[in-house]
Amino acid sequence: MNQETLLVGLAGVLAAAAPIIFAVLGETLSERAGVINLSMNGTILLSAMGGFAVAYNTDNVLFGFLAGMLIGALVALVVAFASITLKQSQVAVGFVLALTCRDLAYFIGNPYMGQAGPRLQALPIPILSDLPIVGQLFFRQEAVTYVSFIAIYLAWLWVYRTRPGLMLQGIGEKPAAAFIRGANVNLMRYIYTVIGGALIGLAGPAYSLAIRAGWMGTISGLDGIGWIALSITIFGGWNPARAAFGAYLFALLQWLGLVLQPVLTQVPSQVLQVAPFPLMILTLLLVNIGNAEWVDRTLAAMPETARKFFSKLLRAMRASPPASLGVPFDTD
Amino acid sequence: MLKGRLGGFIFQFLAFVLALGFVSVILISAGASPMEAYKNMLTGSVGSMRKFAEVLVSFVPLLLVTAGLLITFSAGLWNIGVEGQIVLGAIISVWVFRLFVDSTLPPALIITLAILGGMIGGALWASLAGALKTFGGVNEIFGGLGLNFVSTALTLYLIFGPWKREGVASMSGTAPFPDHFSLPQVPELRISLWALGIALVGIVIVYFILQGTYFGLKLKAVGKNFRAAYLLGIPTWRYSMYSFLICGALAGVAGAVQVAGVYHRLIPSISSGYGYLGLMVAMLINYQAIWAIPVALFFAALNIGSIQLPIVMKLDSSLAGVLQGVLVLFVLLMEGIRQKFLKKA
Repeated sequence: MNQETLLVGLAGVLAAAAPIIFAVLGETLSERAGVINLSMNGTILLSAMGGFAVAYNTDNVLFGFLAGMLIGALVALVVAFASITLKQSQVAVGFVLALTCRDLAYFIGNPYMGQAGPRLQALPIPILSDLPIVGQLFFRQEAVTYVSFIAIYLAWLWVYRTRPGLMLQGIGEKPAAAFIRGANVNLMRYIYTVIGGALIGLAGPAYSLAIRAGWMGTISGLDGIGWIALSITIFGGWNPARAAFGAYLFALLQWLGLVLQPVLTQVPSQVLQVAPFPLMILTLLLVNIGNAEWVDRTLAAMPETARKFFSKLLRAMRASPPASLGVPFDTD
Repeated sequence: MLKGRLGGFIFQFLAFVLALGFVSVILISAGASPMEAYKNMLTGSVGSMRKFAEVLVSFVPLLLVTAGLLITFSAGLWNIGVEGQIVLGAIISVWVFRLFVDSTLPPALIITLAILGGMIGGALWASLAGALKTFGGVNEIFGGLGLNFVSTALTLYLIFGPWKREGVASMSGTAPFPDHFSLPQVPELRISLWALGIALVGIVIVYFILQGTYFGLKLKAVGKNFRAAYLLGIPTWRYSMYSFLICGALAGVAGAVQVAGVYHRLIPSISSGYGYLGLMVAMLINYQAIWAIPVALFFAALNIGSIQLPIVMKLDSSLAGVLQGVLVLFVLLMEGIRQKFLKKA
């Protein structure tokens, strides 16, 4: 492989990860506040279809993106209402929405299947795009890819470097303490779930109006992305930067699957396309295994040097969910 | 009015009406007549004996999966990996059939072995999700989802790799088995009474486990309050594992029946989404085994009835999924509203 194709491929990885990044950032914010939005897989499909349909009918890509975000926010609002106000199981409501929104997307999107619609054009940034290597990698992308870079930074900044971000961490970890400090826990949860939902809803049009432009119904290849994004959120340990890293890793693995196909002729191409999934489980296991009780016991029984090494290794990978994730908050 | 069984019923009925109204609005906005769509779905599912037989074909795996999920739900587990457990059941049963393809053993024995194989395959696959949960600290939802993807990858690998059809491998699946490997079917219809019988036995067993055994009681204790059950001396992790094994076994049987009774080969989408649909049925019946049969039958009828839609009305058949989903959603929401009112009253 020469340098040119490598750069084009890697630039493609950055672009392919962009929609997943929106989704994982949205989910991270929502889960940070204590609400699991399990509807993600359906939300992405519905917002992809809705975004495309709106852009198609108005001939305006921007309206398409706004429609996608609105859809995501509305679905998240249902999750928030059911779980925060009605105290129903977040997982149950989210799961039902994941399936329903998917089928809704296929049903409503039927007339739009295979239609040629508007899409974002590549937006090379003047001067910067002419830089060797860096320019080709980062500055000849589509607008959504640039936005994804900025979104990662902003989300990270918000969670770890601002006062409301600190409050957000508190709401997820110790809602009672946050409440005593004057936070309206349930209102904040509503807000973060809806904002997170809007971000997840951005992922849809990022596909249907840019990265994989068009709406192809069941063969759009988008079914399943939401579930992946959910795993990546955990892999990311509820840290926006680490979650984004997970999204890039996933996109890279998928690209490698494509590139390696001619080399690994023994392996059917359909298998390489799904190869990242087993790896995701493995990473989930590595991220979570530090939380299991027997690991602590095993570690304690190890000789000093080995224990130090393994506990350091586990701590580096380990991630614990926000303590109140999925637990409703009651003021009384 | 809100309390007790009658109150619950009123709210469920309200949820049903709301769901129907919601879907009707969607249909109208898609430029279709709701009445015509519902009529087509009705005639498409119970309009003739042949169509009703198709409903039963779809009812069998759905009921088996729902039965299994009632066990995991009782233990407080969200076994979303049930899709993969169906797939592994199907894969192992295909493997057994392939082993005996030239054998002179009686076909009935081979079919039995294939279904038992599927049962074991599903149970083992479920035990992976269980082990990830109990020993790896991986939430069963995420472990299960991951394993679902792996099972799909495995299916594709087998279809395009080692079990490739003579000539060219394709998404249409592996080469079909000879006719005598098929579960005996009712003449002229696709339904096998054997398959139907297996499914009914499955739900009856689950009903008795949950209602009439000490084991079921302990399982429910673990589900209701994990910590309390542990403190009372119930080996909680073992009960979690048992529930995964039972659910996986039933899902595996569902997969095996899809192979032996419906497809007679391995196809890429062998689970047909019955796992996820089973989760919806279990939620809709509020985890009460007694309602599993009518609701699974209703959902199966919606599935089959919607097949008409693209042909007759140029509508997408995913309308069935929309109806099912919206119904479950409204039932969940109405239940929440009822509880809220009860609390205030």
